[in-house]
Amino acid sequence: MEIQNAFMVFPWAVALILLPLASALSCFLFPRISRTLGLITSFGTVVSVVGLGWQLLEHGSYRHAVGGWGAPLGIELYADGLSLLMLATTALVGFAISVYSTTYFKPTLAVKFWPIWMCLLAALNALFLSADIFNLYVTLELLGLSAVALTALTGSKEALSGAMRYLLATLLASLAYLLGVALLYHNFGSVDIALLAKLIEASPAVWASLGLMAAGLMLKTALFPLHFWLPPAHGSAPAPVSAVLSALVIKASFYILLRLWFTLFEPLVDSEAINTILGVLGCVAIIWGSIQALRQTRLKLLIAYSTVAQIGYLFLVFPLSASMGSVAWNAVAYLIISHALAKSAMFLSAGNLLFFGGHDRIVDLDRVVQRLPLTATAFALAGVSIMGIPPSGGFIGKWLLLEAAMTQGRWDLVAVMIIGGLLAAAYIFKVIGYTFSPAEVSHEAQSVSASMQWSALLLAVGAILLGFLYVPILSILNISDTTIVSGVGL
Amino acid sequence: MNPANFFALIGIVLFSIGLLGLIINSHLLRKILAINIMGSGVFLVLVALARRTENMPADPVPHAMVITGIVVAISATALALTLMLRVASETGHATLPDEVEE
Repeated sequence: MEIQNAFMVFPWAVALILLPLASALSCFLFPRISRTLGLITSFGTVVSVVGLGWQLLEHGSYRHAVGGWGAPLGIELYADGLSLLMLATTALVGFAISVYSTTYFKPTLAVKFWPIWMCLLAALNALFLSADIFNLYVTLELLGLSAVALTALTGSKEALSGAMRYLLATLLASLAYLLGVALLYHNFGSVDIALLAKLIEASPAVWASLGLMAAGLMLKTALFPLHFWLPPAHGSAPAPVSAVLSALVIKASFYILLRLWFTLFEPLVDSEAINTILGVLGCVAIIWGSIQALRQTRLKLLIAYSTVAQIGYLFLVFPLSASMGSVAWNAVAYLIISHALAKSAMFLSAGNLLFFGGHDRIVDLDRVVQRLPLTATAFALAGVSIMGIPPSGGFIGKWLLLEAAMTQGRWDLVAVMIIGGLLAAAYIFKVIGYTFSPAEVSHEAQSVSASMQWSALLLAVGAILLGFLYVPILSILNISDTTIVSGVGL
Repeated sequence: MNPANFFALIGIVLFSIGLLGLIINSHLLRKILAINIMGSGVFLVLVALARRTENMPADPVPHAMVITGIVVAISATALALTLMLRVASETGHATLPDEVEE
């Protein structure tokens, strides 16, 4: 009984931030044991998320005043259903990536990888737990800087240029966001999202801050046409890093955009025009990203462009949220987590193929199905979720989105989603097709360790299993203390 | 126009100049400098708008934000400069390769 009580009152949310942060410092100080430390920490975050989830299921949404100082003076941590889902996804994908990385990196790179990766994990967790827009800025910067450093890890020409472009884009985006924060603070004297949501009213300054913050976050999320930095960065980073970037990092800025849109700026964004613009950009992203993916000759670039396309689906929530709020809302949450699992599985399998053959040219994939059956299965299963074929998480997300579009009579969006699905099938089957055929030049093959194969496969299986977890996931998503029109609690 | 709004306006102008510089310059050092000018613009807006009325003392919270922002800007600039040097030593010139999309 006492253990259970201690479990219930333990500040798991604080542990989620402090644990990886302490681990980042320790990994830096004691490089020899950094691998063990990183693995233990990743497991620790999974445990902490379970603890936090238990608290949320018992008591509803969670607030923690850091150092005993609450808003408006102090910093508050806040968790509700959406944050819990994001944290859980981060913990699971993060753990799989940690397991994968234990054997992926050579010792010289590993000592650099683990401290930065732990720092990134701390930034992600802090971001999903932040309750004020300035704290979100700080976590965004932490996240951006560690993501850039990880991208540049290998030090190759492509990776360095990709990282540099990524850094400039992410800094520009953060500054635009910060200027938005400055204007909001000046007008309302608070940075707390809940307080601001009560005070906010339309004025030119508020519209300017909405525009600045939205533009910054769209650049960080790589929404078409602001995606120019994504393919070079995601395509040239080491495989586990690409997986983190595609699965988690871009979702973090999208999560902030969702929060701001449906709580903070709710009274402003009712207007048709602004939601239509986001919807149109989302549609173009789906079509253009898929076509670009189909044209790529290198596997990792193909997966990176597929991310550009899948981000488009996320932005369809904005035009659809107007009258059918909750369905579109559930759809976007489902799409976020299933894409996180499937895309990380895909990048990890691509990493295995790259490790195995020493290249990732799609046409030269040499009978991988027979030689790396686990990896080929992982890629195919992740592909099922990305295409949106049942049973998979991707199917549920896309089905809910289609349902919302059909109920509202948005046949244009329905058509785009269906074309996007067909194009996704085309680029995924293009890869799968080449895994069966022998290549013209065969390669000296490297053996791929079991942990690298299994972590990719388990992530892909997770993406499929999401297709059966509809009810529990939606009940987690709806944890909140008050529910407003769009189904977002705060 | 009171001094606070004047300085805030200057901040916005600096932000815009930085943005223009970031877009039109191809040398990485100029791009990094442009980012820093944008940052200074945002900080100026924050500090200038902290004084809401003439006779009241200025609101200290934006000052704390600017200090945080400066720490972030320094680390970001350090990372950017290091990356730029590495890019220059690997490719021989401190510019980004043009987008080869097509």
